[in-house]
Amino acid sequence: MSRFLFPRWTNAILPFILVTGAIMPVYAVLVVAYGFSPKTIDAGYMPTQPVPYSHALHVGKLGLDCRYCHTTVERTSFAAVPPTQTCMNCHTQIHRESPKLAEVRSSYETGLPIEWIKVHKLPDYSYFNHSAHVNRGVSCVECHGRVDQMEVVYRHSPLAMGWCLECHRDPIDRLRPVSQITNLAWDQRTEMTREQREALATQYHINPSENCSTCHR
Amino acid sequence: MASNSSMPSMPSMPSMHNSSATKGFVDTDNTEQPIGGRAPLVLNMHRFGEVTHQVCRVAESKPPLAWYVAFVICLGMLGFLGICVNYLIFTGVGVWGLNNPVMWAYDITNFVFWVGIGHAGTLISAILFLFRQKWRTGINRFAEAMTIFAVICAGLFPGIHVGRVWLAYWLFPLPNSMEMWPQFRSPLLWDVFAVSTYFTVSLVFWYIGMVPDLATLRDRAKGKFQQFAYGLAAIGWRGSMRHWHRYEVAYLLLASLATPLVLSVHSVVSFDFAVSQVPGWHTTIFPPYFVAGAIFSGFAMVVSLAVPARELFGLKDLITLRHLDNMNKIILLTGCMVGYAYSMEFFIAWYSGAMYEKFAFVNRAFGQYWWAYWIMVSCNVITPQLFWFKKVRTSIPLMFILSIFVNVGMWFERFVIIVTSLANDFLPTSWDQFVPTWVDIGTMVGAFGLFGVLFLLFCRYLPMIAIAEVKAVMPEADPHGHGAHAHHGGPHDSHAGHGVPSGAMPALRDPRSSEGQP
Repeated sequence: MSRFLFPRWTNAILPFILVTGAIMPVYAVLVVAYGFSPKTIDAGYMPTQPVPYSHALHVGKLGLDCRYCHTTVERTSFAAVPPTQTCMNCHTQIHRESPKLAEVRSSYETGLPIEWIKVHKLPDYSYFNHSAHVNRGVSCVECHGRVDQMEVVYRHSPLAMGWCLECHRDPIDRLRPVSQITNLAWDQRTEMTREQREALATQYHINPSENCSTCHR
Repeated sequence: MASNSSMPSMPSMPSMHNSSATKGFVDTDNTEQPIGGRAPLVLNMHRFGEVTHQVCRVAESKPPLAWYVAFVICLGMLGFLGICVNYLIFTGVGVWGLNNPVMWAYDITNFVFWVGIGHAGTLISAILFLFRQKWRTGINRFAEAMTIFAVICAGLFPGIHVGRVWLAYWLFPLPNSMEMWPQFRSPLLWDVFAVSTYFTVSLVFWYIGMVPDLATLRDRAKGKFQQFAYGLAAIGWRGSMRHWHRYEVAYLLLASLATPLVLSVHSVVSFDFAVSQVPGWHTTIFPPYFVAGAIFSGFAMVVSLAVPARELFGLKDLITLRHLDNMNKIILLTGCMVGYAYSMEFFIAWYSGAMYEKFAFVNRAFGQYWWAYWIMVSCNVITPQLFWFKKVRTSIPLMFILSIFVNVGMWFERFVIIVTSLANDFLPTSWDQFVPTWVDIGTMVGAFGLFGVLFLLFCRYLPMIAIAEVKAVMPEADPHGHGAHAHHGGPHDSHAGHGVPSGAMPALRDPRSSEGQP
């Protein structure tokens, strides 16, 4: 009888095949959904910058306001990266010879800007406006984290669409008075009651849209 | 032969020594029900082994020349489909003739057409099984195959019409970092579930039903590779009593699972239209009307395929005139149902007093697409009426032509519903006309190529007829049937006593092989 029947050892691998076959699709979906998510692969991105500028020192210790450098954040969609001249406001006086500042000085002399590496990148098909957020009670810290404690800036949030939507669906806990907007150490969750934050939402007319065209214009 | 004496209307009594060369290539009229009995569903066969041989020889010998010709043509069409689809993907949906407001045209027409085709397979395999319609056994296998290939063709169209094909997985509710989900209130999502469930159940049903026959092919295979391939597919079937018991239970359960699908799938497809508010789409008659149309077109396709297949592969004793006659009756019935639905749509359009609804239907019949409407009515309502005549129902050329007409008509039905309603909707300023481009037409033709290639491969390599089930409807399988003679036959062809030359069927050898069905 030359017919093919399964040899006996295949009985042993049958349960394995069945279980794998049942679990594999679920596993694959979870790997793609969570393993490839921006939360896993993008958050924590910390490139080495051309100048070892420390936010922890300048903001945390010396108390510079965010807006001293990122001047346009309240007026435009883009929070400007400061020109070398802003650095030199102080560094013509302080640490004039520091080797760490060599790059800054040469930029100042040649007029060529420092090539900072962008940490918080949004895809070009999504529209984001800084001024719309910071003028209506969403603090820098909500997205950028405690930059005042960062020696080197890293990406605190995944900046994924789902992450944006989280706040757009329930903004109350992320709201604070505009006066505290750049005070990264301040936390509205402990300093205010929920009722106070709700009142703030009414006052600022917070009604975040979830339409596609809000961000994809 | 005791079993054959009850066939009075047979023009030529088959001789015992019917030569195996012409066997199965000649039509025998078995459409008359003999008095006090049932017309036989398997002709000119006296032993179970003959059925086995008749079906298996297709897979075991070289196919006829016509098969190669058809295969090359279909392969060419499939290649053209590849060109059209790639051109579409790399360029965008603008290569189709779509415009605003006609945003659905050939793509969705083809989708609904192919899904509809699939319905006959499930109806035959599930509903006719539960209703104990024995004549289903001759045609169920390849009707089910047709279903699966038709659903594959159908699945192609929603996939490519989304425009950004690489995002087609968005059709499914998968967790993602965008927290984006399909609209669960949209019938388009229900469609995804309906069609994928349908495909899965049909595939499992088809495969489970095929396991005993695959084992037969394995047992008869000569080549090492064939033995291994069929052996793998037969998942170790040895035809034991326990195997048969589990098989029967599984088959019954799957038939019960598939039965509601016959009605639900095309109902859900009709919701794609009925749930919207476009005049001409927004009607409650759509679900039953679509289901009737689906069964109508499905049976027409089975006839269109069965006629050449039984001719080419010599299966006329298994897919008999009686089978074709029965299918033509179903085509007649469902054709009348479809005709009723067409007229009821007009009645409701008038009776509702809704201005837009009235316009939509008058526009269908006499507007810019009047020709499509009248092709639809002629092919779906008028020509099937010829099936009232038995002469037509049993004439091979006529039924083939009429079944092709039905296929054409049902394609146009979907085209009429989709395009006429969209092209002239509420706002006359946005009215437009849809003109298909060569890519539209190429994709439609190419889908037939895909279907043809799959079907021809199926004919060539898999058992086209459910061998084990057909044996069960032979008189020899009935223990209370035609005297002691049948008992000798038993479920196995181990006895030799019918005067068949021993060399006639060399491949019949093992009585313990899987070809016996009690």
